[in-house]
Amino acid sequence: MKCFIGIDLGSTTTKAIVLDEQQTVLGRGITNSRSNYGIAADVAKQEAFLDARFFLFRKLLHDLPALTGHVDDFLENLEQDFRLQQYLDQLDDLRRTCIDSASDDRLAADGPETRELLTELFRQLGAEAVNLFGPGSSRKSDFFRDIAGSQYSKASRSVTEGSNIRFESMLNIYDRSIIDVENRITNDTDEAMFMGALERTCKRSDNFSQLKDELRAPMKTVLDTELEEAYVIGTGYGRATLPFSKEHIRSEILCHGLGAHIMHPETATVLDIGGQDTKAIQVDPHGIVESFQMNDRCAAGCGRYLGYIADEMNLGLHELGPMAMKSTRKVRINSTCTVFAGAELRDRLSMGEKREDIVSGLHRAIILRAMSILSRSGGIRDQFTFTGGVAKNEAAVAVLKELAEENYGALTMNVNPDSIYTGALGAATFAQRTMVH
Amino acid sequence: MNTAATDTEDVQKEESMILQKAMISANYDALSTAHEEGKKISSTFVPGNLNELLMCFDFVRNLPEINALQAGMRKKSGGYIMEAERSGHSEDVCTYVKSDLGMMSKGQVGPNGKPLPTPDLLLLSYTGCFTFMKWFELVRDQYDCETAMLHVPYQADGKITENMRHFVVTQLKEHVIPTLERVSGIKFDIDRLREYLRESAKAEDDLVWVLQSAKNRPSPIDAYFGGVYYCGPIFTAFRGTRETTDYYKSLRVEVEDRLAKGLGPVTPEGTLDEERIRLVVEGPPNWTHFRDFWKMFYDEGVVVVASSYTKVGGVYDFGFRHDPDNPLETLADYCLGCYTNHSLPSRVDMLCNYMDEYQADGFLVNSIKSCNSFSAGQLLMLREIEERTGKPAGFIETDLVDPRYFSSANVKNRLESYFQMIEQKKARGQDRTAA
Repeated sequence: MKCFIGIDLGSTTTKAIVLDEQQTVLGRGITNSRSNYGIAADVAKQEAFLDARFFLFRKLLHDLPALTGHVDDFLENLEQDFRLQQYLDQLDDLRRTCIDSASDDRLAADGPETRELLTELFRQLGAEAVNLFGPGSSRKSDFFRDIAGSQYSKASRSVTEGSNIRFESMLNIYDRSIIDVENRITNDTDEAMFMGALERTCKRSDNFSQLKDELRAPMKTVLDTELEEAYVIGTGYGRATLPFSKEHIRSEILCHGLGAHIMHPETATVLDIGGQDTKAIQVDPHGIVESFQMNDRCAAGCGRYLGYIADEMNLGLHELGPMAMKSTRKVRINSTCTVFAGAELRDRLSMGEKREDIVSGLHRAIILRAMSILSRSGGIRDQFTFTGGVAKNEAAVAVLKELAEENYGALTMNVNPDSIYTGALGAATFAQRTMVH
Repeated sequence: MNTAATDTEDVQKEESMILQKAMISANYDALSTAHEEGKKISSTFVPGNLNELLMCFDFVRNLPEINALQAGMRKKSGGYIMEAERSGHSEDVCTYVKSDLGMMSKGQVGPNGKPLPTPDLLLLSYTGCFTFMKWFELVRDQYDCETAMLHVPYQADGKITENMRHFVVTQLKEHVIPTLERVSGIKFDIDRLREYLRESAKAEDDLVWVLQSAKNRPSPIDAYFGGVYYCGPIFTAFRGTRETTDYYKSLRVEVEDRLAKGLGPVTPEGTLDEERIRLVVEGPPNWTHFRDFWKMFYDEGVVVVASSYTKVGGVYDFGFRHDPDNPLETLADYCLGCYTNHSLPSRVDMLCNYMDEYQADGFLVNSIKSCNSFSAGQLLMLREIEERTGKPAGFIETDLVDPRYFSSANVKNRLESYFQMIEQKKARGQDRTAA
């Protein structure tokens, strides 16, 4: 099967989309951009291909009478088991790397004890893994670094209690090891991973266990399907670092414009707030970019601002929006400088303002800055599509909608659940068009 | 594919560039030794400069913007600017001013590494940039030297009236020329002025021919990055001299040759062989990263076919020439006609004309962070030009000589996006035509 791939290398996350010849989205993949765009691109692409296999598998399962009415349930279980297996494999890699790291000269004196603690720590992490990927589980992040880091930190505190090894030493080992682990692409084949996950899922439920043989055949068909990389287009902040020739690179402006048009064909204006860029783009009825404006010289008011605020408040990034939605009072925050934000936050807290009101004010501040960039690009036209990581934040969406209508009148504002993939979708569409046309 | 220079350090230059370098170098040497040789020095600005008039009094001409520009290209402006900021000048002040003031504080060494002597006169011909006035106020305060001020009325209605001309001529007669006579000790000779003006007009003819050669496809010149070199002599201390006339003759021959051979512009990276995009650019280039900036265009096959910056020291391509038969009136018309003295609607008209005449694919603004005078209104101009021409417009921000305000990765990112946007629109236009 010919596949067309778009990879969007953002400053925070790297996204990939796999399309077929009919421009159907087969798979989506996302990973943290780390400090290695090449690896991030490979990981995101690998994830998107895995997702594509799930997609193809789902199509075949609909033809399986024995699974009628249970396809979603089965696939949810299968994916959880798959992710669990993936997590355990990486955890094992992390364990080996940490133990190697503990043999470092500087730690030689404490080496044996540290290695013992690490062995115990990873035993605990392995045991807890099932809860992270079990039914009804929720995770603050889908990235291995974040999940494992959080679990490791908690377990380090408990295993170092009463020992001669300091908690900080354990964290140092993690910090040294995680980069190596992240930058290694897993050697597991799709087949081994999928079949392993299928075994696990079937073991979990009698219903699925009885269907095991029937399920193997379509899975084998999917795994035997060759997903041929017909054409790849890279875009985003890190695109210049990709080992792609010029023809395989498109600017993120063009990709976001086209991606937004593919998601919402009536799109006229696009606002994308990413990690360090805010882009306002005007597109024609075919998704061709007519004009654009971006923040210049300074990333004030971009997604990183919210990340910084979340860190300052010891919250997950995804918790900011819901907190801001609880606000009952408007707090005016003028500074969109990421560095000043911390000071502003502490100052407001000391003045007795509520956290949710302050966070709401911070959301308003970044959207006001985006409104200025939108004005420079020619304003907001109907329909208006909001994309990028910040579009996942409900408070940012609410303020944007309010300000857009206040300034430009009633309009349709599109926020796609997959908006984070807009740039990658545009890139994949360019890839498909390059080959087809 | 473009013909890249084999060695990236080996900058390709045209013969005329080498000739110009020698002229600039000789002028700096003349400034260094002026006082020893009993000559007087006048500082003056590029827009509305009265070079021919100053030559009538044997003044050696010093142009502070050019010193700042040279400091920027030689990576010295950053230190000068910080020096000026230490003295209390704000971050938002024009960086040409701060570079100049910083250079003065740091021993007043010119780009040739030799001391730049104190000027004997500051000749301020005011043509639209308010900052120039404040700049010379600060310089006068430092040097305690004589100032001659020429008030040039703003072309608010887009035309030069007889009253405006008369107002400028009267000031020349009653204030500027008497001051020049007094400071120099030389009596004004109008025939000498006529001679210089005659030379100016010859050079202006050739300059216009060179700039208009960009109407060809491929353009044999880059009218922005290359254009700043072409305008150098005529905008600064050399207009009216025989060597300038010779320079433009030689430049014209060079460009005629390139045109006959169908060659693209010479850039520091090599000849631009494949012209993919033709642009009109508004605003000065960045000087601290001039070569990197130019390379961003070269790498994408982009050639600038017309620019407003090459008109700040005089607009010649709509027919104006210095006229030896009306020497003072022609100086007035020259000052009144500088691009910096044009209203926004006139600038928009001029740029739309360029878009059309030079068959440009797009219009780009390089807005200068520290230039409050000219950055105001640029977005409005951009919208208007975009609407009137139907061609895509782009907007980037850099600075003149403050290296802190040139973010290579960001500028490149925006330019690449803009160039790809133009190509996408061009391709779509071709598809429609084919259909």
